[in-house]
Amino acid sequence: MSILFGKLTLAALPHEWFTIAGSLSLVLGALGVILLLAYFKRWKWLWTQWLTSTDPKKIGIMYIVVASAMLVRGALDAGMIWLQQSLSVGASQGYLSPEHFQQIFTAHGSIMIFFVTMGFLFGIMNYIIPLQIGARDVAFPLLNTLSFWLYVAGAILINTFFIFGGEFAATGWLAMPPLSELAYSPGTGVDYWIWSLQISGLGSLLGGVNLLVTILKMRAPGMTLMKIPMFTWTSLCSMALVVSAFPTLTIALLLLSLDRTFGMHFFTSSFGGNPMMYVNLIWSWGHPEVYILMIPAFGIYSEVVSVFSQKRLFGHTSLVVASIIITLLSMLVWAHHFFTMGAGANVNAFFGIMTGIIAIPTAVQIFNWLATMFRGKIILHSAMYWFLGFVFTFTLGGMAGVLLGIPGVDFALHNSLFLVAHFHTMVIGGALFGIFAGITYWFPKVTGFKLHETLGKYAFWSWVIGFLVSFTPLYILGFMGASRRLDHYDASQIGWQGLFIVAGFGFVIICFGAALQILQIVVSIKQRKENRDSTGDPWNGRTLEWATSSPPPIYNFAIIPEVTTRDAFWEIKSRQSSNSPLNKSIPPQYNDIEMPKNTAMGIYISGFIFLFGFAMIWHIVWLAVLGLVGAVICVIVRSFDEETEYIIPASEVAKMEAGRANYV
Amino acid sequence: MDIKYKKYKIILPIALSFALVALFFVLASQGNMQVFNPKGVIALKERNLLVLATLLMMTVIVPVFGITAYIVWKYRENHFRGDHHPDWDRSSLLAAVLWFIPSVIIAIISVMIWQSTHDLDPYKSLESHAEPITIQVVALNWKWLFIYPEQGIATINFVEFPKHIPVKFELTADAPMNTFIIPQLGGQVYAMAGMKNQLHLMASEAGTFSGFSTEINGKGYSQMRFVAQSVSDKEFADWVDSVKSKKNPLTSDVYNTLAKDSLDNPVSYYSSTEPNLFHNIIMKFMAPVSN
Repeated sequence: MSILFGKLTLAALPHEWFTIAGSLSLVLGALGVILLLAYFKRWKWLWTQWLTSTDPKKIGIMYIVVASAMLVRGALDAGMIWLQQSLSVGASQGYLSPEHFQQIFTAHGSIMIFFVTMGFLFGIMNYIIPLQIGARDVAFPLLNTLSFWLYVAGAILINTFFIFGGEFAATGWLAMPPLSELAYSPGTGVDYWIWSLQISGLGSLLGGVNLLVTILKMRAPGMTLMKIPMFTWTSLCSMALVVSAFPTLTIALLLLSLDRTFGMHFFTSSFGGNPMMYVNLIWSWGHPEVYILMIPAFGIYSEVVSVFSQKRLFGHTSLVVASIIITLLSMLVWAHHFFTMGAGANVNAFFGIMTGIIAIPTAVQIFNWLATMFRGKIILHSAMYWFLGFVFTFTLGGMAGVLLGIPGVDFALHNSLFLVAHFHTMVIGGALFGIFAGITYWFPKVTGFKLHETLGKYAFWSWVIGFLVSFTPLYILGFMGASRRLDHYDASQIGWQGLFIVAGFGFVIICFGAALQILQIVVSIKQRKENRDSTGDPWNGRTLEWATSSPPPIYNFAIIPEVTTRDAFWEIKSRQSSNSPLNKSIPPQYNDIEMPKNTAMGIYISGFIFLFGFAMIWHIVWLAVLGLVGAVICVIVRSFDEETEYIIPASEVAKMEAGRANYV
Repeated sequence: MDIKYKKYKIILPIALSFALVALFFVLASQGNMQVFNPKGVIALKERNLLVLATLLMMTVIVPVFGITAYIVWKYRENHFRGDHHPDWDRSSLLAAVLWFIPSVIIAIISVMIWQSTHDLDPYKSLESHAEPITIQVVALNWKWLFIYPEQGIATINFVEFPKHIPVKFELTADAPMNTFIIPQLGGQVYAMAGMKNQLHLMASEAGTFSGFSTEINGKGYSQMRFVAQSVSDKEFADWVDSVKSKKNPLTSDVYNTLAKDSLDNPVSYYSSTEPNLFHNIIMKFMAPVSN
């Protein structure tokens, strides 16, 4: 049996209430989707139009759908954490065992970073970057679908223990050894963590390579580096970080898995292993990762502020320089996550000062946005609300970050709830608000109609107030000596329970905000006729994505625009000269357009990699070999396929263009 | 939407923020905030550093919030009274100012960082007329073992030391990684297997303080707590004598049992220890073949 199933036995199958509940909801959810698809006979449509698509716009939407689903999972975890911490005081042990509680916060952190924030950002980038640079596709279409499906494989693998059993890691989201070594975590939890992150991390790395090359090589003629729109610029910085930082993660995870699977001793306490090496490796990826999430959000804010202030972005060069400085410095601050490890004062002071210096370009970015609003005509759209909410929360969170960057202060607050409050302020108030701003801003581009405005503003207020109610108590608890990840605390800790309950109440308000966002989408779809945007340019936009129709045709631009200035589309609109290629008074001359064919190879390769990861978790040798060999064979088979593109003839393009409602 | 209603929408979050800040000060004044209620020289310096850096940054942040609110109010489209300059996108002077202001603040903070980091280096022994006392700390699953090499005693989950005398904590672990902190006296450094870390603290008054680990270390994590007590010299000497009189030696057998995973460990006292116990615990992980 062990040859067939490795370590996987019947005893490992779900038998606790949470795993059973998880597996039931997953199975029923999958069944529901299957029944719906069968009822509406949409299988073929789903497969040919979406799953096998190489269109970055569709891949982008699929990223956002998966990220939204994972957000639900991560939020459920957050609610369970809050409930336990509100209940488990003194004689009461709460409703979760310590191990279960620890699995939940580990999953919460891993999912929110890897599968929610990364997913949303890759989704938005896939959709918007080719449009902003006037391209028809990304540089490597197959790689793009592969990146997405590897991300999906990771997302499925991190939930697999609900169905096939075992447990999740109970080590915290970075699984620090020696705790994550076999000696202290003998179960399969850490292996699930390793392989789901390894697989989705590979997807991120490939996606990073792809978008980096896309931005560098596929820009419309005339778009020099300093004419790249700000969102694409920040994405370029972020992808450069992905390409330089993710290999470190791959190696750290690989060495940890060698320790766990083959009994090696890279990071064990004994036999010459060195856990401190892992801590350095994981944070020299982990800190850049934070900026990988943040920098594109800065780009979104830049676009939103400029458009809704009806004014050119102030200090474009300054913003680009600041982004590049942040990118470079983010590789030089990792040790501020472990000032407490006992490095000398010189080392700690160096990393502390570097951390402080990062605040300079960050502050300059905020000042530049303020200068953009100054002398503008500010439309207080909900996208702008998200931006203003960000300025408020992010500035305070940034201040907390600089405080933690001072080693002397960190000695007092390291691993406290103050730290937890700080990074949630950055990820929610910084990255997530940016994602929401971006979704609000680009939604009409994707669907052809605007989001319901009032509901969007209500959702914003719920989020901001819920966020403050939820995380201000955590800052205070940090000062009161509450450390992170506590599954239980004594009744002698006066005031803790009250603050935890307040924080939980904030979580409820946030959930209300999220429910409003869902309602907002539903209502917007229902009222799509009223909110229809037929111009392709609902906000009087400045960059090229607004130059094409909403939603854009498969080829994005029938005629690739020529770029002469930074706000390329703004320039085109203000010129309106008769020889402009985008002027409809002259019948345009279309050429044949070459587009990549659909391919299921990304799904097949990721499927085999998923099997490989699952087999490595459970030590099922034959399945691991099958997975690896299968993936390699798929790559070989694909490399012999020379018919990967198809031609849309000029006549077809003309027909499609004529069929589109409006063309600027 | 009428203007009156709009005003409330802005006032509500502001009022909420003030309520939270007020809550903060109420809690601080009650002394519940250990970080703001230091009882030791290191914790005092750490608190002062925290407050000073916060105030410094506030000198920029508060005006920024004010300016943001003003710009949004003045240049909003609905009640547009300002001047619109849609193409105004650069100003060398303004750019220079925008880079200069945060640079100055961060330059000041950098100097603070350099000085305070050297001043608060956990390895630095504290200036005092008195000889320091050494206490060796071993993080175990899931309890703290304190060894007094000079007094020859050991304790579990309880540590006592004289006030006004520097305490040199030497830390290691026979368990996953832990951190060691007593917030009211100062903190914090990792306790790691096979390694020795140091932390110097000194209590400036007598009192009972809580200490704990902040690093996740398994299912007993929330029990990684201990009580730290600072007392007078005489009380300390009496306490050491009373522990010694209990005749409960910490032999290597007892230690090996202790090193196994266990939960709900009560405070206990050992009248004597094996010589070099702390050193041997570290060397366990250095030997070519581990136990």
